[in-house]
Amino acid sequence: MSLSETANPRGSVVDRLRDALPKLVLSPTIAIVAIFVYGFIAFTLYLSFTDSRILPSFGWVGWHNYENLFRIRAWDTAVSNLVVFGVLYITICCVLGLLLAILLDQKIRAEGFIRTIYLYPMALSFIVTGIAWKWFLDPGIGIEAVVRGWGWETFTFNWIKDRNFAIYTIVIAAVWQTSGFVMAMFLAGLRGIDSEMMKAAQIDGASTFALYRRIVIPQLRPAFMSAFVVLAHMAIKSYDLVIALTGGGPGTATEVPATFMYSYTFTRNQMGIGAASAVIMLMTIAAIIVPYLWSELREKK
Amino acid sequence: MSTMSRSSSLRPARVILYLLLALFCIYYLLPLYVMVVNSLKPLSEITSGGMMSLPKQWTIAPWESAWSTAQVGVEATGLKPYFLNSIIMVVPAVALSTLVGALNGYVLTKWTFRGATILFGLLLFGCFIPFQMVLIPMARMLGLMGLAGTVPGLIFVHFVYGIGFSTLYFRNYYAAFPTELVRAAQIDGAGFFRIFWRILLPSSGPIAVVCVIWQFTNIWNDFLFGASFSDFDSQPMTVALNNLVQSSTGVKEYNVHFAGAIMAALPTLLVYIVAGRYFVRGLMAGSVKG
Amino acid sequence: MSLKSLKLGLAALAMSTSMASAADVEVLHWWTSGGEAAALNVLKQDLESQGIGWKDMPVAGGGGTQAMTVLRARVTSGNPPTAVQMLGFDITDWAKEGALADLNILAGMEGWDEVVPEALQKFSKYDGKWVAAPVNVHSTNWVWANKAILDELGIEPPQTWDEFVAALEKVKASGKTAIAHGGQAWQDATIFDAVVMATGGPEFYQKAFIDLDEEALGSDTMKESFDRMAVIRSYVDDNFSGRDWNLATAMVINGDAAFQMMGDWAKGEFLNAGKKPDEDFLCFRFPGTQDQVTFNADQFAMFAQGPEVGKEQAALATAILSPSFQSAFNVVKGSVPARTDVSNEAFDACGKKGMADLKKAADSGNLYGSMAHGHANPAAIKNAMYDVITAHFNGEYDSETAVEELVTAVQINK
Repeated sequence: MSLSETANPRGSVVDRLRDALPKLVLSPTIAIVAIFVYGFIAFTLYLSFTDSRILPSFGWVGWHNYENLFRIRAWDTAVSNLVVFGVLYITICCVLGLLLAILLDQKIRAEGFIRTIYLYPMALSFIVTGIAWKWFLDPGIGIEAVVRGWGWETFTFNWIKDRNFAIYTIVIAAVWQTSGFVMAMFLAGLRGIDSEMMKAAQIDGASTFALYRRIVIPQLRPAFMSAFVVLAHMAIKSYDLVIALTGGGPGTATEVPATFMYSYTFTRNQMGIGAASAVIMLMTIAAIIVPYLWSELREKK
Repeated sequence: MSTMSRSSSLRPARVILYLLLALFCIYYLLPLYVMVVNSLKPLSEITSGGMMSLPKQWTIAPWESAWSTAQVGVEATGLKPYFLNSIIMVVPAVALSTLVGALNGYVLTKWTFRGATILFGLLLFGCFIPFQMVLIPMARMLGLMGLAGTVPGLIFVHFVYGIGFSTLYFRNYYAAFPTELVRAAQIDGAGFFRIFWRILLPSSGPIAVVCVIWQFTNIWNDFLFGASFSDFDSQPMTVALNNLVQSSTGVKEYNVHFAGAIMAALPTLLVYIVAGRYFVRGLMAGSVKG
Repeated sequence: MSLKSLKLGLAALAMSTSMASAADVEVLHWWTSGGEAAALNVLKQDLESQGIGWKDMPVAGGGGTQAMTVLRARVTSGNPPTAVQMLGFDITDWAKEGALADLNILAGMEGWDEVVPEALQKFSKYDGKWVAAPVNVHSTNWVWANKAILDELGIEPPQTWDEFVAALEKVKASGKTAIAHGGQAWQDATIFDAVVMATGGPEFYQKAFIDLDEEALGSDTMKESFDRMAVIRSYVDDNFSGRDWNLATAMVINGDAAFQMMGDWAKGEFLNAGKKPDEDFLCFRFPGTQDQVTFNADQFAMFAQGPEVGKEQAALATAILSPSFQSAFNVVKGSVPARTDVSNEAFDACGKKGMADLKKAADSGNLYGSMAHGHANPAAIKNAMYDVITAHFNGEYDSETAVEELVTAVQINK
C-alpha cells in the first residue's frame, strides 16, 4: 500500500535515490533517537549497577542499589501516588478536553477568546503559578477562608494539608494546566473530520448525541492517542508541579517517582539509587505504554 | 460538521451551552486572578493577609521592578535582558522540531516502509524518558561535540527531545489525510517534496498550531536544560524568573514574583493568540474539494 | 613554597599589565534576592577594580540544590566555573572527586588558619588542603519573638525547656498561635537540631548527628527529643503544612504568633517590615542552648582550572576573606563573618550578639555544624533524617517508631 513500492525496481540511480529519499529524510531522526534516547537509557541502566554517588563512577555493585531502593518507604509512596495521580489526571483531562472541544465546536461566538482562556494555563510556568495555587488551596487564606467569609461557616477545604487528600489537589492543579491543551488537540481533530459524512448522517436523521458517539468520536482515535501520550508524559514527569504545590508533603504524602529520582540523584548524592529508580520507572512505563501503542498502531494496518 | 443548524433554533440549549462555557472560564481564570491582583498591591498588603482581595492601594511598581530593576543576579537588571536570550533559543528550536516532525509524519503515513510502525513506536517511547536522567550523559555529549554552554547546544537539546512529540502530532493528523490525493499528485509527476509542500502543508494549519504551541510552551518554560547547558551570557528567561522567585533566605517579594511570572508568559500567550487564528474551520474540507 | 608564591606574585604583576579579557572569574551561586545579590556586588566591584571580570552565573532554588545540579552538568561537560557557592559536606564530596583547587599557598600567606574557626575549617579544608573560601556563618538555633505579645502576657525570654513550655501555654491560652512554623522538612529539622542539642547536650549532639553513633541515635534521649517535638507540634497552628518560612515569620511580625524558631536570616524579614530589634522583636537562643551555636556556612569552593591556582582565582579567594568584604556582606545578609577578627562596628544588636556568641562558642568548643543545614553529616544521611523527622512531626510515626526509623535511615545511607 505504500507509494514507494510502486516504483520500478530496475530504475536508474536517480530513481533509486528518489526511492530512498523518504528514508533519508527520516534517518537523522533515527540516529538522534538511537543515541540520545536509547543510548542514554543503556547508560542509566549501567549506572544503576554501580556505586555512583555525586558523579558517575564505574565500580560494579550488582543489585545493591535495587535492594536499597525497595527498602525505602518513600519509594512505595511515590509509586502508588503516580498510579492514583496518573489515572485520575489522564481520565479527567480527556473527558474534560473532549467535552470542551465539542462545546466549542458549536459555532460559538467569541470562540477564539474562550479558547485562549482555556489554553492559557499551559503558558504559565509552574515556578510561579504554584504559589498562586498554594495560596488558593490553603485553608487559612484561600477558598476555604473566602467561602467562610461569605457566611458558610462550616465549609472546609483543607485537602492540601491532609496527608490522605493532598495528592488530589495536585490533580486539580494539573488538570487546570493541561485540559485546555487536550481540548485544542481534540478541536484540531474535529476540524479535520470530513463534513460531508456529517451532513449525510444528519440527513439520515441521526440525533446529535448519536452523531458524536457513532461518527465523530471514533474518528478522533488518533487524537485520543496523541492526548494519551502527552498526558502520560506529563503525569510521569510532573516534577515542577509537585515541588511548587506541596514539595512532596505533608511528610512524604505527595512524593512521586520524578521527585524521588531527582532527590536521590542530585540532592542526596545517591546517583546509583537514582538511576535504579529511573530504570524501574521506565520499565513500568514500558509495561503500560507498549501494549497500548502496539494495539493502536497495529490496527492501523 | 454542522450541528448548529438545529441547535441555533433551540434557544434554551444555547443558553446552557454559554453558561457552561462561562463557568469553565471562571475555573481557568481564578489562579490568574490571584496573580494579577497580587501583582498590583504593595508587599505589605500581601503579607498582612488578604491575599485574595482586591488591592486597597493600586500600584504598578512591582511590574516596573520585575521588568528592569529586580535583582536576578549580582546586578539588578530585572527580566529585560533575558527575554532576548530565550527568543534566540526558542524560535529556531521550535521551527526545526516542527518542520522535522511534519516531514517525519509525512514519511510515516504516506511513504510507509517495512518496520515504519515499529520505528514510530520506538520514537514515541522516547517521549517518556525523564529529563533528569539524561542530564549527565547529555552534558558529556555536548562537551564532546564542543557545544557545551552555547546557544546552538541548547537549541540542539531542545530539538532532540522535541521531535518525538512533533512527529506524533503530524503523523496522527496526516493519518486521516486522504492518501488518494497524494497518489493522484504523484501520477501527475509531483515529487516527494513537492507533494509535501503543495498538498499536505497547506492543510496542516490546526495541527501545526497544536504542535507549535506545545513546543513553544515546553521550550520557553524549560528550566532544567536552560540552567544546565547555558552559559553566563545565555541564561534563558526561566532561569532568571526562577532566580527572582527562589531566594532561599532573602525577603520574598510576592508582588514582583507574580508580575514577573505573567510577564514571562506573555510571549507564549502571544503565540497562542496569533497561532489560534489558524484554527479556522474547513481548511481540510477545502483542500479535499480542491 | 617560596618559589610558588613568587610565581603567584609574578603572575599578579603580569596580569596588571596584560589585557583584562583573559582574566575573568565565573561564579556559580544562588544569592539572587535583593540584599544578598547587592552584597555580592561588593565582591564583584572589588575584583573589577583589580581588572578582573566577573561572569555571573546565578541559579537559585531549593537552598542550592538546583545550582548543584547545574554544577554537575558543567563539570561533566568539561566546563567548570571558577568558584561555586557551596555548603558543608558538598565541598568534601567534590574535593573527593579531585575537582577542587589547592589554596594552601594562599591560605598560608594570608594566615587563614588563625582567623577561621576550626569547626568551619573542617569544611573549607580537605585532606589538609584549603579548597574553599568561607563567606559567612549563619547560626540556626535562634528563637524570634514578638515583643508586644510577650510584654502583654508578662513573659520573659525563657531559659529552660520548662519555662519555654510554660510560655507557650500562656500564649495558647490567650488565643494566639504560640509557634509560627512552616511544615517543610528542613524547617522541621531546624527545630529538631535545637531540641536535640537542648535535650541531650552538645556531647550527645556530636555523637548522634556527627559521629552517627547508633547507640546514641537509638537512645532514650533521642526518644525524649522526639517527645518534645510532639509537644512543640501541639503549639503550632493546624495550617502549618507546606508554609514558607517567611510567611511564618510574617505571623510573628503581624502579632498573630509569639515565637518562631529559625536561623538568623529571619532578621531580614523583620527589618524589611520596619521592625526594630529589642523594641519590636526579640532574638534569643533556643532555651537550653544558650552556650551553643549550631551553624551553617556558605563558602566558595574553588574549582581547579589547571595544575596551578590561577591569579584570578587567588584574587577572588583573597577578596572573599578580606575583612572589609566579610563585614559589608554579612551586615546585609544577617549572618556573621566567617573570620572572628572582623570589627562588629557596622552590625546591629542581633548581629553583634551573634558575633560575640560565635567567638565564644568557637573558643569554648561549643560550635557545632547544623544537621538540618548539611553541616553535621552528608546529604544522603541528612535527607534520610529529614524523612523521619518530618514523618514524626506530621504524626505518621510515634516517638518509638521514629527512633527505630532513624537508626535504619542511617544504616541504609551510611
